[in-house]
Amino acid sequence: MTGLAAALRKDLLLQWRSRAQLVAIFAFGAAALLLFSFAIGPDSVALRQHSAGFLWLALLLASTLSLAESFEREMEEHALEGLLLLPASARALYYGKAMANWAQLALLGVALVPVAVVLYDAGTVRLVALLGVILLGTAGLSAPGTLYAAMTAQTRARQTLLPLLLFPLVVPVLLAAVKATSLLILGDPMEQLRPWALLLALFDVVHWSLGGLLFGRVVEE
Amino acid sequence: MASANRPKALVALGVVLLLAGSFWGLAKAPGEVFMGDVQRIMYVHVPTAWNAMLALCFAFVCAVAFLLTNSWKWDSRLEAAMEVGVVLSLLLCTQGAIWAKPTWGVWWDWDPRLTTTAVMVFAFGGILALRTFVDDPAKRAAWSAVACIVAFADVPIVYFSVRWWNSLHQAQSTPETVSKAFHWPLRINAFGILFLWTGLVALRSRVAALRLRSEIDPPLPEQTKAAPSAVLPGGAP
Repeated sequence: MTGLAAALRKDLLLQWRSRAQLVAIFAFGAAALLLFSFAIGPDSVALRQHSAGFLWLALLLASTLSLAESFEREMEEHALEGLLLLPASARALYYGKAMANWAQLALLGVALVPVAVVLYDAGTVRLVALLGVILLGTAGLSAPGTLYAAMTAQTRARQTLLPLLLFPLVVPVLLAAVKATSLLILGDPMEQLRPWALLLALFDVVHWSLGGLLFGRVVEE
Repeated sequence: MASANRPKALVALGVVLLLAGSFWGLAKAPGEVFMGDVQRIMYVHVPTAWNAMLALCFAFVCAVAFLLTNSWKWDSRLEAAMEVGVVLSLLLCTQGAIWAKPTWGVWWDWDPRLTTTAVMVFAFGGILALRTFVDDPAKRAAWSAVACIVAFADVPIVYFSVRWWNSLHQAQSTPETVSKAFHWPLRINAFGILFLWTGLVALRSRVAALRLRSEIDPPLPEQTKAAPSAVLPGGAP
């Protein structure tokens, strides 16, 4: 437990000290949100209808940048090897990193919502539910994303490989998060929000468990 | 020498069965009432679906076995099974598209099984791409085993999420759901493809094992204990 706390503190501190990076990734996500409208055309009704999809795609694209960055820092000066020599389990390192990435992605998601509201009129009054969906969805991106970033950061074609591995895997997250967010923005007369949130939660449970179970084999020397 | 030729015999048997089953399905079996001759693609499509799932299940077994035993033969088999599984899934998507165009009027539909197969092609294809970019054999083996387990665990979640999202595909065809006249070509082709892919996996894992042997120097710890030919996989999986 102290190992996890120390790992989480280290990763949050790293993120805080490189906050300029986070601002740049936010700008990337906001730019992506702006670009999606050009695929649909200036039809405000259609844009509002698709706004949840735009929001999550922007977040997914931005997440590959922030997830990759989180492990590239560990590759500098062989920092990862040093970490593994410490008396902390690989599992603690994984959960620390995954939780820090989760926090960063959730922050990014929350920050992108106002942009979507301004551009696509994608507002909702159910703010707590929206925050819940963002938390569940970004947890689903961060658990497998952290696991794969640990691999791809050590390979040659890392910029290509992380999205290639991550995108097919997080299809359920994208589907469920888009549906749930869309229900919040456009209204939910059939009370369908709960099953989609449950699907996200199930995905999170499976991937957070698998990640902790398998991470040791990813970083072993 | 007899065991060395077993995979080739399996491949040959598979090809013969596949030819026989397809001939039966194309020429002998009666046409389907509503779809006519278009339905005859079922004789390869349904067995391909069964076998694609089976090959990827075998890849999952190999991945778990590698992580538990650290034995290189499972890494070679994993590589072979994933390649064969991806090719079968790709074939499945192609056959499905060929069938869907005259039946549904579109090449592609976002139905759960079709979409899940496409996602599987990308998920496992991505792992094969990962393998080509990792030079260290130990890391390559461990990472692809881990990635294979994660991707395999994801398949049912993908399937159910797409199913909730959209549905149009007809119910699965099994010998119980199709007329008796269609049984035999289906079964023969299913075994034909089964023998074909197991033979191919055995041959491909032998190639992977040879490449491993050339990559690893000094020799593997297993090789120092026994003669190399006894350690590296030679026979069928």
